[in-house]
Amino acid sequence: MHTTVSSPSKTVTIGPDQPFCIIGERINPTGRKAFQEQLRAGDLSQVLVDVDEQIAGGAHILDVNMGVPLADEPALLAQAVQMVQERTDLPICIDSSVVEALEAGLAVYQGKALVNSVTCEEDRLEAVLPLVKQHNAAIICLTNGDEGIPVPWDERFEFCKKLVDIVHGKWEIPLEDMVIDTLAMPVGAEPQSAYHFFKTISAIQEEFGLNTTCGASNTSFGMPSRHALNGTFLAMAAGAGMTSAIMDARSDECVKAVRGSDVMLGKDEYGIGWIGNYRPPASA
Amino acid sequence: MTHEELLQKLYDETMVGNGPEVIDLTNQGLEDGLTPDQLLFDALIPALEEVGARFERGDWFVPEMLIAGKAMAGALEVLRPLLAATGTETIGKFVMGTVKGDVHDIGKNLVNIMLEGAGFEVIDLGVQVAPEKFVEAVEEHQPDILGMSAFLTTTMPMFKANINALEKAGLRDKVIVLVGGAPVTQEYADAVAADGYAADASAAVKLSKDLIAKQRAKATA
Repeated sequence: MHTTVSSPSKTVTIGPDQPFCIIGERINPTGRKAFQEQLRAGDLSQVLVDVDEQIAGGAHILDVNMGVPLADEPALLAQAVQMVQERTDLPICIDSSVVEALEAGLAVYQGKALVNSVTCEEDRLEAVLPLVKQHNAAIICLTNGDEGIPVPWDERFEFCKKLVDIVHGKWEIPLEDMVIDTLAMPVGAEPQSAYHFFKTISAIQEEFGLNTTCGASNTSFGMPSRHALNGTFLAMAAGAGMTSAIMDARSDECVKAVRGSDVMLGKDEYGIGWIGNYRPPASA
Repeated sequence: MTHEELLQKLYDETMVGNGPEVIDLTNQGLEDGLTPDQLLFDALIPALEEVGARFERGDWFVPEMLIAGKAMAGALEVLRPLLAATGTETIGKFVMGTVKGDVHDIGKNLVNIMLEGAGFEVIDLGVQVAPEKFVEAVEEHQPDILGMSAFLTTTMPMFKANINALEKAGLRDKVIVLVGGAPVTQEYADAVAADGYAADASAAVKLSKDLIAKQRAKATA
């Protein structure tokens, strides 16, 4: 199945026969005090710094989140979306847990956006899906309900089924516009979580063929050498069938891991893409 | 094994999170005539304090803190009835929950484990805790501290709603309110008039101890 997202001049396709889709995650002030203060003062210049770094690192889509406590998130997100679109032709993943912010971002976005995200909770689905439909966007759907995030893979898979019933069945959003986020959890706090994650991905791939994603950096929370651990997780998840991830494209280890998975899975034939990216400087 | 050797071994095994061994040593210590107080204050709590200190310095990592806390919790299950019988004062009572609209609980659970490891009695209300549930729990359990966790910018405003509900119920000055979670900052904690903010589990334990000590000093002054 192919999920497409676009800007006015560029279309990116997510799918099992496509290169692993890197959704650059860093354009986000969470946990960044200085950035938050700048945003509250109306200074969005850091957004462009982050955008440039994600592009340089190899991002295919840019996740833009303006979740700043005590600020006007809808206005900030709309402004950021416009700034990013002036800077680059990469499509945007509009990221907020505030419905009004998603609405404001979608209203100014040019092209077909990816929306991040909706959970399998009735009130969230009722609030977010009309916007997705109205703007003909694609939507990241999280496999959790209102009672917490289940660890066992079969429970997450049940949420996926329910999401298909509601998002596709009830709201008639095309299946190819659904990207399932099977929730990467800190493996240092939940030792079996990665195993269940991979199982969920495989089950979704087999049953529905839907595209899948996750916030990969969660996996290594609280651990040393996080990039290497995230990279291992990403490559294994790609092996299980995951087709995209919201990840930090500045991390060489993570980007190499997913590009390496493209070579291993035969998506990057003869490793020509890999060679192009990593060819040593010509000898004299 | 002398008493001293046993306490040292219990300290060491707690530090590395060897759960079964910690329970065995706790039982053996009791058989050998060590008091619950000695086991708690001369081995278990110092071990967890050292783990917390190493974590804060960045030398140790979350899973190490987690397994040490779990090992300690196992020992406490053995000791708790005995401590209650001897009338040992618990360090404090803590009611904890993730706010309404939010289902994230890994961080909260980690804080719970470290608090229990430090000798607190923790009552966990789980996730999606509505303001009236927080109020009920504070009324019922009369904790020293109420801890609230939120992981989303959309659910953080529930801190204020919960604090307002406590005020309305006339309970706000009866309990210390702490807040935490990934997007939460000290500034935000101040803005919603919480009594404190902690960035991680180790900091939460330290802050809780400090605030309770201050409260008790005030009460006896």
